[in-house]
Amino acid sequence: MRRDRGGLSCLNDYISIVGEDTVEELRFLASRLKGRKIQHINSTRSGGGVAEMLSRVVPLMRELGVDIEWDVIEANPDFFNVTKKFHNALHGMSEALSDKDFDIYIESAQAYNKSTKICGDIVFVHDPQPIALIQNKKRTKDVKWIWRCHIDVSSPDERVWDFLSAFIEGYDASVFSSPKFTRPLKIPQFLICPAIDPLSDKSRPMEEDTILKVLSKYGIDRQKPIISQVSRYDHLKDPVGVIEAFKLVKRYIDAQLVLIGNSAADDPEGADVLKEVKEKAKGVPDVHVLLIEPENNDIEVNALQRASSVIVQKSIKEGFALTVTEALWKEKPVVASAVGGIPLQIKNMYSGLLCHCVEGAALRIRQVLNNPSFAKRLGHNGRMHIRRNFLLTRLIREHMLLALSLGQKGDIVSL
Amino acid sequence: MAEKNKKNPFYFYTHVELRESTGLKARNARELVNIIKDVPGSVIYYHMHVFLQQHQFLSPEPPNAFAYWAVKALGEDALGEFLGSIDVYQYNTVRALREKIIEVIEGYLFDAKDIRNAPPGKEFDFTKSRTFVLPTQYVAYNLTDMVEALRNVAIGSIDFHVFNARLRLGRGINDFSNWIDTSLGYPRLAAKLERFDPYTYTLENLRFNIIDIIMNSPEWGINNAKR
Repeated sequence: MRRDRGGLSCLNDYISIVGEDTVEELRFLASRLKGRKIQHINSTRSGGGVAEMLSRVVPLMRELGVDIEWDVIEANPDFFNVTKKFHNALHGMSEALSDKDFDIYIESAQAYNKSTKICGDIVFVHDPQPIALIQNKKRTKDVKWIWRCHIDVSSPDERVWDFLSAFIEGYDASVFSSPKFTRPLKIPQFLICPAIDPLSDKSRPMEEDTILKVLSKYGIDRQKPIISQVSRYDHLKDPVGVIEAFKLVKRYIDAQLVLIGNSAADDPEGADVLKEVKEKAKGVPDVHVLLIEPENNDIEVNALQRASSVIVQKSIKEGFALTVTEALWKEKPVVASAVGGIPLQIKNMYSGLLCHCVEGAALRIRQVLNNPSFAKRLGHNGRMHIRRNFLLTRLIREHMLLALSLGQKGDIVSL
Repeated sequence: MAEKNKKNPFYFYTHVELRESTGLKARNARELVNIIKDVPGSVIYYHMHVFLQQHQFLSPEPPNAFAYWAVKALGEDALGEFLGSIDVYQYNTVRALREKIIEVIEGYLFDAKDIRNAPPGKEFDFTKSRTFVLPTQYVAYNLTDMVEALRNVAIGSIDFHVFNARLRLGRGINDFSNWIDTSLGYPRLAAKLERFDPYTYTLENLRFNIIDIIMNSPEWGINNAKR
């Protein structure tokens, strides 16, 4: 495979996966964006789904000839502690927020508003952290501002939502991953699901030797069924619930559980949750709690997912859950909570299994492990669904369509 | 080469879509029908075709989003069956299709003893789609060109010329039949292509079925005799 730009895949490499017509469509749409600059702004360059997605979208759109930039706001740890609370509160979790927290947010926003240069004609601002950038709107009259929300805000803490709404309503449009995540807003709400890059280190095909090396590094037995969950160490991902489900599975099946996580720069809670998970795992045989080094994250996650017999995502709340997308793309049977964007990816019993509690998760895991042909069918359907709907090329296409549609009227647009 | 119809070639277009939330949600069949009465035609079109586009590898899949929701969220199996068995191909406009959907739901509600609500979070979310029409590199001057293009063109092009053209663009006939009749002068083949039900195929199978009908027709022989 031809690779350049520091090991990243080229557009032509995608033809064998999505077809030449899809790539040609992208080239055509890019040609229609000539003369317009797109800018993406978020809060971190590494860790988490948004940074991962932008690290692939931006170079490929640049290869298509689109003038595009990716910038990151600068802020201190106190700010990220507050925005983590906001994140949890927007997901509907109970959070103790003080007036001081809101003051910290406003002070940091004033600072990043000064230090962030707005250079796009169309500016995508991702999630709540940089949302106050819209205060630059008055001095950027011809710029179209889009707020891209990756969070399920269907039942948020009203105090946080009201605080953020004042900013959101200033945008020209918003984007959500699912209609279920939307809130009544005065601005248009476009629906664009996230996507994975099938040629990234985390998703591309892998030699068995590499898989074995990674298993050996972490002392995981290749011969014993592997149940895994990949996610940062976060209460909303319910790693403790996964251990509880595993204990129920272990009564009947001699399997092993691998919890795989890393840390993200904008997630200050990770270390505490990891400590708690390790405590809960004490005394439970065959549980591996892994903290992957960022530099090895993608290849090791790829290997561990490929080695898995079943992949779990027992989240309490989710944005879209790209870890589910990754697992389905690898044709793995997935057992996942029916929350956030997961039901968009899994049609229960067709392309995976949905669950609602620890006991349900355990039952589904046992069913998959005891029925290999059923597991294979779920995996196959899952991969087909991802290929059609959740690969990077579709995401790039919709970003360009959104940029093209701003200011357009009518339901049918001839390009 | 078969004789070329240089005056009126068939230009293959394709389409891509961008979805937008309407913000409208229905909790039960009564709310569903009330909203259906008012939403733009693109909303009706989207929900009647979304499974065809997103789950094309699964056959059979639930035929439309209204039927799927009635069964999965409301537990109204009979309503799901009534909605699922609407023969979409019998309607030439979204307006007529909308009227049929309304008739089915209101007929069901007239006889219903109670109205079930969907659980919180399972409401029906009304979505509209904006269609962007794009040119492709494929042009057909005769049946040979058409078959060659059909083999290679993006699946979105088949979707566009069969479903969008007929119903959403209000042409009342699929584009292939229209061109074969009016430009090539093969009305019998055109009628045959218009007569089969594309809603019971996956999009890829639809592609092969159209090719199959053309290549097994007497007109294909006439077309090749002109070589």
